[in-house]
Amino acid sequence: MMKGLKKWRLFSLLAVLTVFLAGCGQEELSTLLPAGQVGQDQFNLLLLSSAIMLFVILVVVVIYLIAIVRFRRSKLGEDHIPEQVEGSHKLELVWTIIPILLVLLLAVPTVYYTYKLGDVSAMGAVDDDGNPENLVVDVTAKLYWWEFEYPDLGIVTAQELVVPMDEKVYFNLLAADVKHSFWIPAVGGKLDTNVENVNKFYLVFEKDSKNLKDGVFYGKCAELCGPSHALMDFKVKTMPRAEFDQWVTAMQATGENQVVANPAGEEIFQQSCIGCHATSGVGETGAVGPNLATFGDRNRVAGFMDHTKEDLIDWIKYPQKHKPGNKMPGFDGQLSDSELDDLAEYLMGLSVEK
Amino acid sequence: MSSVAQKKGFGATLWDWLTTVDHKKIGILYFLGGGFFFVVGGIEAMLIRWQLHKPNNDFVSAGLFNDLITMHGTTMIFLAAMPILFGFMNAIVPLQIGARDVAFPFINSLGFWMFFFGGLFLNLSWFFQQVPDAGWTSYASLSIASEGHGVDFYAIGLQIAGGGTLMAGINFLVTIINMRAPGMTYMRMPLFTWTTFVASAMILFAFPPLTVGLFFLTFDRMFGGNFFDHTMGGNTIIWEHIFWIFGHPEVYILILPAFGIFSEIFSTFSRKRLFGYPSMVFATVLIGFLGFMVWAHHMFTVGLGPTANAIFAVATMAIAVPTGVKIFNWLLTMWGGSIRVTTPMLYALGFIPSFVMGGVTGVMQGAAPLDYQLHDSYFIVAHFHYVIVGGVVLGILAATHYWWPKMFGTLLDEALGKVTFWFFFIGFHMTFLIQHWLGFWGMPRRVWTFMDGQGWNSANLISTIGAFLMAIGVIVLVYNVIITSVKNVKVANDPWGDGRTLEWAIESPPIYYNFPATPLVRGLDTVWIEKMEGNETGLTPAEPIKDIHMPNGSIIPILMSFGLFIAGFGAMFRTEESWGLPVLIFGLLWTFVAMAARSLQDDTGYYVKKDEILRDLKRKGGQK
Repeated sequence: MMKGLKKWRLFSLLAVLTVFLAGCGQEELSTLLPAGQVGQDQFNLLLLSSAIMLFVILVVVVIYLIAIVRFRRSKLGEDHIPEQVEGSHKLELVWTIIPILLVLLLAVPTVYYTYKLGDVSAMGAVDDDGNPENLVVDVTAKLYWWEFEYPDLGIVTAQELVVPMDEKVYFNLLAADVKHSFWIPAVGGKLDTNVENVNKFYLVFEKDSKNLKDGVFYGKCAELCGPSHALMDFKVKTMPRAEFDQWVTAMQATGENQVVANPAGEEIFQQSCIGCHATSGVGETGAVGPNLATFGDRNRVAGFMDHTKEDLIDWIKYPQKHKPGNKMPGFDGQLSDSELDDLAEYLMGLSVEK
Repeated sequence: MSSVAQKKGFGATLWDWLTTVDHKKIGILYFLGGGFFFVVGGIEAMLIRWQLHKPNNDFVSAGLFNDLITMHGTTMIFLAAMPILFGFMNAIVPLQIGARDVAFPFINSLGFWMFFFGGLFLNLSWFFQQVPDAGWTSYASLSIASEGHGVDFYAIGLQIAGGGTLMAGINFLVTIINMRAPGMTYMRMPLFTWTTFVASAMILFAFPPLTVGLFFLTFDRMFGGNFFDHTMGGNTIIWEHIFWIFGHPEVYILILPAFGIFSEIFSTFSRKRLFGYPSMVFATVLIGFLGFMVWAHHMFTVGLGPTANAIFAVATMAIAVPTGVKIFNWLLTMWGGSIRVTTPMLYALGFIPSFVMGGVTGVMQGAAPLDYQLHDSYFIVAHFHYVIVGGVVLGILAATHYWWPKMFGTLLDEALGKVTFWFFFIGFHMTFLIQHWLGFWGMPRRVWTFMDGQGWNSANLISTIGAFLMAIGVIVLVYNVIITSVKNVKVANDPWGDGRTLEWAIESPPIYYNFPATPLVRGLDTVWIEKMEGNETGLTPAEPIKDIHMPNGSIIPILMSFGLFIAGFGAMFRTEESWGLPVLIFGLLWTFVAMAARSLQDDTGYYVKKDEILRDLKRKGGQK
């Protein structure tokens, strides 16, 4: 009975905290609505630390309020000379030891989770047939876009990461120019993409992105990287493993037979764009511009603009206006309106999901 | 000297200020210089918040926004908070220890002018339209890639100003070690002197890494060095380590003097001895040590590996313990006291909840795996503003009101002071409390704009409104300063009536040699002890009145600093302008000539004669 009561109390405290912390935020990018084990672990740590810290704040505020109410000179009289107390060993011990205990209470799970979330030993493991046991994605951050290569599957995409649900997905992170930081707030904490060394970590995706407002999770660059740092967004699609396998098969097929929505547009693409952009998803990392094999399936143009033909044409004409400092030249004046129209139609038709 | 200052013409007064080596005047110079840059940094902050008050705002461009955040951070830390604190240290610490000046008055002046010219150099970047844009941290890959001379302005400007800071730190260390009045043992020093002492020791160890880092950066950008160029065998992570080995202690260099200020204020306006003085001192020293051992918590997401992250996480949490000790000691100082809520005390009372908030979010970020989420989000923006504004800036504002009479001889209007406080305090919490949630909701820091539909709109608007409330508070303060100076109602030695330390036993502002006779210190809060024993003056002299040796003023510090300022421009335009190299050489030569002049000059100072001191005493009504 007592034990049940205690549990109930703890539960209600946690529930209050949950409401307090999770009151707001949007599912596709809030750290307070974790969509996977890593984010959940971090959220638990947030709850624990918040509870401890709220306790500390409460104690301080209570002593503080009593002191400033009780010991005002207006109450005690102008001439009151208080006793000049030097200190109290007992009290000072109390407020040294209790904080130490509180810190330990937080330090133990902190160390545990640090090692747990830092464990990438299963990366690259193979089963008896020599097939990789885990999905590995190589992320390359560039000014101001993201390239995602699946080295074991021979495919590469950009701006929209596609991952299977309910398994550990391992990431190799690197920056191609200046330092960036890879962050999917709803799924788990960030890790920097350094210029000189590969960082490794894993994330677990436990929510299907289909049910979200835009059908994607939001990813962010979290390290100042230049003028358009704020616009260096990417999106994440999560799907059950079977669907993911279909997506991979379709991607692997983009090398040979591709649906061409507008042949004239394809021709313009071959003349003006192919130098930097590939339309085949087969390949490796290292392209000058984002891979466009799945362009028609994407949620945004350039990571942040509406996925409409008008916005796409505007982007092609004036990329520097929309994303200052990016590496794409503007095509205003170089392509006529009808050419841009054909090109946009062609790009919007590039799809592996339809 | 100061007694005849009012009769001097403008030119003579200006010359007096340019050549002064008097710690009180240098204190005022630091205060005014820092105050100016505080306003500049504040205007930058307002522009930042206005840009972010609604989604997709185009009030400033992406590049200009990065200029603004970089200059806001750099200005506020290096050119506002530190110099203003130095101002108080200069104005007050020698008085608190019963000294007539700092140990090296010439170097004190040189330190100020180097800060001033360094800050000027950095801010002239606005007029060249090549402004530092890599953040106040200037992480290497971005700062190397940054085009134009922006980051050069940052590196050279901070180098010059940083040299001044290092000199000031060494000067205070030597002053506090050597120049204490008889009886002023270490364990009788007022807490503000103690925190100045520890902060100065931290400057001594923290600024050399910054100097080295800035030289590396300068060499990389201007002379083809490859310290941070990974394609040439350099390493960008090294910059992050160097920067934070300086940067984290820097936070404590700022906050410790603020702790000292609040310790004085709590004790004075509770009319009670500081509770647990020895543990306060011990906690200060411990924070000073631990401050050097936690820098990598700024780098949890860099990929240092779980072992490094775990060690630095636990070390970071450990700092919470001595800081907590301080908070409880302040609370217990008030407990059982007789609290009078003056404007400085109001700031101190506002500081406790604000700083506790900033402290606990610091511990939360110390939990490394949680920090993976919070790092570089708006949560961290909220956290460090809670610490810096809720701690350092509230401390500075408290000290401004508290020591204004001692520095300027007048008392700031109490009613206006309280108006400033409430605008500033409410605005501060409105601006930054909500930013914790912006971080939780996935908003990264340093973004020049944000898209609609991410649930961030109203929180950002609230934050902007709060920022403008803070600005109103500062404007009221400026108005207060102006009308107080115009009215110019002089106050007595101890206008607060409850002064406990030596600065309150001498006139406001003190005469240029501070103490006619060096005082004898009989315990902690020596003035309080004297007063309780019936000695109205609060002072017992330790020596008879005799001639006083004083340093001469000198124009050389300003010339020396000016040479470096010129050389900075030469170095920057060395390759692209024909005048670059000659100007670089000319500037350095100028500085060397000034140094030689100082070295060869036989300046042994002068004596204030006993007769003059007695005359001064008589004019003041005599000393009992």
